[in-house]
Amino acid sequence: MSDAPWQPGASLDVIKQSAALRACIRDYMQQHTVLEVVTPALSSAGSTDPNIHSFRAGNYYLHTSPEFPMKRLLAAYACDIYQIATVFRDGESGRNHNAEFSLLEWYRVGSDHLKLIDDVLALLQRVAQQFNRRCPAPNIIRYTEIVATLCEKSFQDVCVADVKKVFLHHNRSYPDAIGNDLDAALDLLIDEFVVAEFEPDQITVMLDYPASQASLARVSVNARQIPIAERFEIYWGRLELANGFHELSDSAEQRARFEKDQRIRRARGQQSVPMDEHLLQALASGLPDCAGVALGLDRLLMVLSNQQSIDQVLAFSTERA
Amino acid sequence: MANYNTNEFKGGLKIMLDGDPHTIVENEFVKPGKGQAFTRTKVRNLKTGRTVERTFKSGESVEGADVMDTEMQYLYSDGEMWHFMDPKSYEQLAADKTAIGDTHLWLIEEAMCEVTLFNGQPLAVSPPNFVEMAIKETDPGVRGDTATGGTKPAYMDTGAVVKVPLFIEEGEVIKIDTRTGEYVSRVKS
Repeated sequence: MSDAPWQPGASLDVIKQSAALRACIRDYMQQHTVLEVVTPALSSAGSTDPNIHSFRAGNYYLHTSPEFPMKRLLAAYACDIYQIATVFRDGESGRNHNAEFSLLEWYRVGSDHLKLIDDVLALLQRVAQQFNRRCPAPNIIRYTEIVATLCEKSFQDVCVADVKKVFLHHNRSYPDAIGNDLDAALDLLIDEFVVAEFEPDQITVMLDYPASQASLARVSVNARQIPIAERFEIYWGRLELANGFHELSDSAEQRARFEKDQRIRRARGQQSVPMDEHLLQALASGLPDCAGVALGLDRLLMVLSNQQSIDQVLAFSTERA
Repeated sequence: MANYNTNEFKGGLKIMLDGDPHTIVENEFVKPGKGQAFTRTKVRNLKTGRTVERTFKSGESVEGADVMDTEMQYLYSDGEMWHFMDPKSYEQLAADKTAIGDTHLWLIEEAMCEVTLFNGQPLAVSPPNFVEMAIKETDPGVRGDTATGGTKPAYMDTGAVVKVPLFIEEGEVIKIDTRTGEYVSRVKS
């Protein structure tokens, strides 16, 4: 951190690299005939996801991702689109988090999540080349299988007590406030025992998320007959860079998931957030088969410019804003 | 005492954990994009001095510890307790053996010390970073030997033993860094 609070967190070099990164991405997208779009940051609906908190701005919500309006564009025009958007998430602040950050949100029509992984890796390759960085071949790992291995039982039989046992066995702190929230327990398990072991110069693709963590992805059954989300995450080192889905297009299923989110929010005593009826209507009118990914550009820049905190790649992080 | 939410955590915050006061040494916000947020901390137990890792679910709230650091003057020891005085209020407090720890080696009367109070009682005492003490006993000085870098033990009234250069004489006053227990310099009288 620089000394005085008025000063930028990022050096001029890093600010130049940030500009170069955006130029490189736009160049790549143009070559692959992906159309750049702009959607509003202010929305009448928010994110119902109980783990994502929207800021209020008057009668609107600041978007936490441009996903919903971009899917409305897909339903209307069915072409490959991308956007570099500043998004806002309340309460996210730390070495790798800033309440306001840049997402590359990118959709490919006629693609599933597996095909999109190759696209994202190709983009990373291209960007790494520009920055004279080696872009290693990815390790592919599967969430549900890792959990089964760590807990020494079939994924479908794993419960919170099994996860806690792993922590106690390794003499690690486990917050009892997790209660009965299995997904929260699994998140911590993965972070503490899997992500913590990733080598700094390793790219990891995580697949086969549990169906309970499908979010906006389709659910299917994997080779082990376990229901899994058609979802992936990409890590560079220990940094979570991207999250992608084979997008759910079933409007009724989407509404049921929003309603479930809202029930969880009520149970946790969180602020209620209206679900996006425009999105549901767009899905009902027909979303083309597509896959989408959101990639955190500030974190990608951290990797490319060898910076240790997000504050060092932003002109002014929220703490300096 | 106030409760603190994990989003108020920062280095130096004093909180109660398992019945003991702790200070937060490090804290890190951890959250997968689509998942539950956690706060991973390193906390130091102010009673035992032990540092451990502790993870909280974000949004948890933890009771604050009524711990404050205050400058007090050391008065005397009665053998069991060490007595200190607040120079402003003249209030006197006594610290026991656990609170004093090794600090008694560096306590000279009237020295200003940092006393950490927990619920109003001394929990720990830090001596000044530098103290000046007269040597009670050491081998005779080797005249003129300022260059060889050899040392010998010197014994203080408090029981402290400090390695001093060979030319130092018994009865001389020396300056000591209490953080390392090392000799700094001779004090010219």
